[in-house]
Amino acid sequence: MSTEASKNSEVLLRVEHLKNYFPVRQGLLSRVAAYVKAVDDISFEIKAGETLGLVGESGCGKTTVGHSVLRLITPTEGRVLFQGKDLSHLPAAELRAMRQDMQIIFQDPFSSLNPRMTVGAIIGEALAIHGRGDRKERAEMVRDTLQKCGLDPAYVNRFPHEFSGGQRQRIGIARALVLNPKFIVCDEPVSALDVSIQSQIINLLVELKERYNLAYLFIAHDLSVVEYISDRVAVMYLGKIVELADSTELYRNPLHPYTQALLSAVPVPDPTRRKQRTLLPGDVPSPLNPPSGCRFHTRCPLAIDICKKVEPRELDVEGHKVWCHVVEEQITGSRPSS
Amino acid sequence: MHVKESAGTVSMTQVQNAGSPHLEVRNLKTYFYTEDGVVRAVDGLSYGLAKGETLGLVGESGCGKSVSALSVMRLIASPGKIVEGEILLDGLDLLQCSEPEMREVRGNRISMIFQEPMTSLNPVFTIGNQIMEAIRVHQDVSRKEARDRTIAMIRRVKISAAETRVDEYPHQMSGGMRQRVMIAMALACNPEVLIADEPTTALDVTIQAQIMELLAELQSDFQMSILLITHNLGLVAEVSDQVAVMYASKVVEHTSTAELFASPLHPYTHGLLTSVPTLGMPREQKLNVIPGQVPNPLHFPTGCRFHPRCPVAEQRCKQEEPLLREVKPGHWAACHFIENGKSPMKGADR
Repeated sequence: MSTEASKNSEVLLRVEHLKNYFPVRQGLLSRVAAYVKAVDDISFEIKAGETLGLVGESGCGKTTVGHSVLRLITPTEGRVLFQGKDLSHLPAAELRAMRQDMQIIFQDPFSSLNPRMTVGAIIGEALAIHGRGDRKERAEMVRDTLQKCGLDPAYVNRFPHEFSGGQRQRIGIARALVLNPKFIVCDEPVSALDVSIQSQIINLLVELKERYNLAYLFIAHDLSVVEYISDRVAVMYLGKIVELADSTELYRNPLHPYTQALLSAVPVPDPTRRKQRTLLPGDVPSPLNPPSGCRFHTRCPLAIDICKKVEPRELDVEGHKVWCHVVEEQITGSRPSS
Repeated sequence: MHVKESAGTVSMTQVQNAGSPHLEVRNLKTYFYTEDGVVRAVDGLSYGLAKGETLGLVGESGCGKSVSALSVMRLIASPGKIVEGEILLDGLDLLQCSEPEMREVRGNRISMIFQEPMTSLNPVFTIGNQIMEAIRVHQDVSRKEARDRTIAMIRRVKISAAETRVDEYPHQMSGGMRQRVMIAMALACNPEVLIADEPTTALDVTIQAQIMELLAELQSDFQMSILLITHNLGLVAEVSDQVAVMYASKVVEHTSTAELFASPLHPYTHGLLTSVPTLGMPREQKLNVIPGQVPNPLHFPTGCRFHPRCPVAEQRCKQEEPLLREVKPGHWAACHFIENGKSPMKGADR
C-alpha cells in the first residue's frame, strides 16, 4: 500500500544494475579461481518516506544489497544514487557527510553494540564525528533520542550488557536515529527477538517512520513482518530480484512461481486455514556456480526449455515487475526468442 | 481417567483428552543450582501426549521448553537436577529407571531431533556411521544388515542417491539435508515418541515446509507421537493436535489446537497470538504489544508469574498463584479471572 505522499515524493535512493562479486582465491599463488555472485545486476528505487521490503532465503544476497547501498561494501559494478549523487565514486569526505542521512540497524542486538561503551557514548559518537553541537547539546540530543525510542533517558551511563534484547535493539535504533537521517537500512531488525518483543520493535519502527518521514530498506526473511511494514516488496533469489511490486499487490497476486512457493510455505497461525502448499524440491543452489538462464529453473515447477538457457527479462505490468519466461508468455502471449 | 492426587502437588494431572496418554509428564521440576542462585527452569510442568498425536509446546526463549524435553530424555547435566515429578512412558516412570534401563529408552522408544542440524552431527564420522550406531546400539543385527537398514532409512527421509550419500560427511550436506539425516537417525529404531526441539528454526521457509511435510508423512507411517517444541505459532497451528503454552517455566494454557486459536483464554496466549503479524493482515491494524520482558528465572514474580505484564492483573494476582484448572471441557488455563469459560480479555474470541 503506497500512500499518496510517497507516490508524489522524490526518489531518495536509486540503485542501478548493482553487482557484487566476491573473488574466491585458491592455490599457492591465491589466484582468483571463481566469483561468488552475491548480487548480480539488480535495480530498484526508494522514495522519501517509503519502505521497501527485501525478502529472500538465506544466502540470496539481501544483506549484501543493504551494505552496498550504504557503501559499506564497494559495489563491483553499477551505481547507487542517493539524492542524485553516485555513492560508488564519492571521495571519502563527501561520503562521510552523506552518511548522516543514511543509517543502518543491525540484526543482532548483542554483537552490534560495543560492550565497553556506555549507551550515551554509543549513541553520541555519531554526533561527535559529524560535529553536531557542543558537548552539552549532544548530551541533550542523546537523551531526547532515547526517549523517542522508548527508553528512559536516565540510562545514558549504563552499558549494553545491562539491557535485554528488545532494549538493546532500541539502543541500536536510537543510534541510527540520532542524526535525523532520511533513510535507514533495517537488516533483519526483529529476527533475533522473541515474539512478544518483536511487535514492540515493529510498532516503534512504524511510528518513527510516520513521525519523521523516514525511508526504510527493510531486509527480512519473515514474509509476514515484511508485508506488514512495507509499501513495496522485492523478492530476491540467488542474487537477483525475481519480483517487485506494491506490498498488497504482491501478496494478493504473486506472479513469480518462486514468490508463490515462498508464500505458500509460510505457516499461518490459524488452524482453520491449513492449506495446500507448493513444495519446492531441493535446496537453493550455490551462488558460486548459479544455474544458467533463469536461476530458479532447477527448482521451478513451471520451468520450460528456454528457462535453462536465457535469463528472463523484466516484465512491467502496471508497476508490478516480474522476471519469468512463463509469466511473460502468459501475460504477453508471446514467447521471448533466444 | 482417574488420577490420584496427593495433597500439596499442583492439581494438573488430567490434562489430556480421553484415553491414557502415551507420554505423561506430571508436576516436573528441573532446577539448575548456579552460583547466582537456583534457576527454576521447569517448575511444576504437566502435560500428556496421546498415541499418534502431536503436542505443540510453545513459548518464548527461556521459558523452559527445551529443558523440559531434555528432562524427558533424562539428559540434564550438573548443575541441573530433576527435583521432582513423574515422567510416565506407557506407565513406566522414567525418573525411577536405572541408567542402563534409561539407555534402552533413549533413541529406541523416545528419540529427539534438535534445532541445530549443523552442530548435532559429528563432523568426523560419515552420516551412515552415525545412523548405524543408533541401530547397532539397540538391536542385535550384523554390520551388513545395519548398513542396509541405514540406506533404507536415508531413502525414507527422501535423500536421493542413498547408496552413495551414506558414506558422506555432514559438511558435504546442506542444512535441510542434515536435518533429514537427524530424522533418519532418530527414527532408525522406530521410536514411539519423537521429541522435535525447534526442528526447523535454523532453516529457510521453503526447506521448513519440506521437513514438516516429511515429518507428517513419517508420523503416520511409524504411528508415533510427536512432541513439537517451537516458538512459531504458525507451525503449531498447522501440525499439532494439542497445544500447551508455556510461560516462565509453567504451562499456562493447554487445549486442542482448534480451540486455542479460536478462543485463547489466558491473557498471555491472547497477547502472543495478537502480537505477530500474519499474512494478509491489514496494515492499519496495530500490532498488539505485551509490555515489558520475559522474567528472569532466578527471580520469578510472586503470585501469577505473568502479572507484571498482564493487562487485566489485579492485587490478587500478585499474591496468589493461579492453578492450571479445567475452565471449560477440554480446556485448561491458569488464570484467576477466567469465568464460565470466558477470557478476561476483551475481544478475545477471534
